Amino acid sequence: MPANKFNGYSDYGIGIGLRIPHYNHIFEKKPVVDWFEIISENFMIDGGRPLKVLDQILDQYRVVQHGVSMYFGSAEPLNREHLRRLKTLVKRTKTPWLTDHLCWGSVDGKYSHDLLPMPYTFEAARKTAQKIREVRDFVEVPIAVENVSSYAEYHVSEMTEWEFLNEVVEQADCGILLDVNNIYVSSQNHSFNPFDYLNSIAPERVAQIHIAGHSKFEKYILDTHDHPVLDPVWDLYARAIELAGPTATLLEWDDRIPSFEEVHHEALKAKKFLKGKQQPVPMDGHAVISPYTNARPDAAEKARA
Amino acid sequence: MDLEQLQRIVLGVIQQPLTSSEGMRKRTLDGRPVKKIVDEVIKPNDRLTSFERLEIYNRVYWFRLLSSLMEDFPGLRAIIGERKFEKLAVSYLTDRPSESFTLRNLGARLEPWLRQHPEFTPKVPRLALDMVRLEWADIDVFDQAELPKLTADDLRSLGEDPIFHFQPYLRLLDLAYPVDELLLSIRHGEEQESDIASNVVLERAQKSPGPRLRLPKREKVYLAVHRQEEETVYFKRLEPDAFALLCALQQGKTLSQAIEESVNWTHGKVENITGQLHDWFANWSSLGWFCKPSAE
Repeated sequence: MPANKFNGYSDYGIGIGLRIPHYNHIFEKKPVVDWFEIISENFMIDGGRPLKVLDQILDQYRVVQHGVSMYFGSAEPLNREHLRRLKTLVKRTKTPWLTDHLCWGSVDGKYSHDLLPMPYTFEAARKTAQKIREVRDFVEVPIAVENVSSYAEYHVSEMTEWEFLNEVVEQADCGILLDVNNIYVSSQNHSFNPFDYLNSIAPERVAQIHIAGHSKFEKYILDTHDHPVLDPVWDLYARAIELAGPTATLLEWDDRIPSFEEVHHEALKAKKFLKGKQQPVPMDGHAVISPYTNARPDAAEKARA
Repeated sequence: MDLEQLQRIVLGVIQQPLTSSEGMRKRTLDGRPVKKIVDEVIKPNDRLTSFERLEIYNRVYWFRLLSSLMEDFPGLRAIIGERKFEKLAVSYLTDRPSESFTLRNLGARLEPWLRQHPEFTPKVPRLALDMVRLEWADIDVFDQAELPKLTADDLRSLGEDPIFHFQPYLRLLDLAYPVDELLLSIRHGEEQESDIASNVVLERAQKSPGPRLRLPKREKVYLAVHRQEEETVYFKRLEPDAFALLCALQQGKTLSQAIEESVNWTHGKVENITGQLHDWFANWSSLGWFCKPSAE
């Protein structure tokens, strides 16, 4: 796996999310898992059973922290209590890198508890990058930001989502948690070619990749994390690995959670894409020859079928 | 329009309560047309209007928050019923939008809010309030810190009229109804704990109405909500004089002051309390309720 400064020069393989329904299986069977991703907020507490469970996991497994409510993109200042608790947890888990979303979710101290899409403006990019730097300086671990799936766009946007992502990570000098399922979901909701997105990001900044399932509705797709990974998402994953090289990968399955074995089996399907990809392809202005380059989403689906 | 203005407008719309058919309101609660507000901010696409696109977030916001409150307050739900609970929850969240980064704290202000709004629990205001106090204590105790316990040596060093320090996970509740028994019986029929990590709520959480709940009669209960073995939350009933003593000690009173308060409160005799002190303290110490003075 390519180690870079955005994932703490670590060399992680394929992980899965640590979820309550799997606790018994993990402690009884002690399955071999490269690493677990935890939702930071579930453990940013003072004591009790969640921390006892976490300590047991830390005794046997590697853990990476993933946050859902730092809201780098909110215009308001960072929540100091949130930061303090996050740093305490970072010291406990020794996570080599830390991830959260490129989104906003709070105004005037009122929280949405959702991952709301950013307006893609230069002002938003500058303010978001500044907050990412502040968090990184405080918690003292590398940060990678995740692209979110979205269902709405703003009139004020001045660039595409991928241009905005590049603008933010360049200004913040941070990593990318590349969620290829979110790229696919947003591409369907906003009618863009997901490979245009992938081919435009800076692969040397990719610290980690997320894969997941989604749900189709009549007029839009929702990022539900309650299904196996679908073929178009595997196509995007293959392309991402082609660009970035074998990268720490995590399967998200957060709702209607099946057995541990089923989730782990689904995650390990990523292995076949990682084999033989020891080095990323050379980057020269993204001019990469690939069967996936400029492929239309529907063409990619047919190719997999 | 700068970033903060845009975010204030969008969150303001998302936090508007849904219509009875679970759609986005055409007018805000203060009467402004939502379509006009949304059209100025959100782009339409070839399948969805601006209104419909933001409506997705409006629905997800309410489904997620209502699901979280439903999960946290099964006792209150059972007492007042699903429909009244939903009306209560929507009003509470509209009056007191979340001010915490974690959904864990969503119900933190429900008790004081409910004291101001007994109209949402007609016929059972005190029973409902007692249940909310117990359910919030249960949430709060679950993940509080555990500090180093007081040892026999520590006890000797506290002096003749000691001040005791308590574990953060101990809550004392004086209740007008036996809601501890009621909650345990309600939970007996509930599913096992589930994960809340998902960041998307696809569907409205639905609970089918169970068999009609038999509401308890008034009965004074003095309760300690605490943690023990395997980090499980337990309810322990206390005698009135023991409860009064613990409350005074928890407020930082010395032992002699606490005994005096307990006597005054229960109109009992000092001998009755001092005669039981040894047994009480032995029991509370074995439960680990006292912590080292410097640890608090």
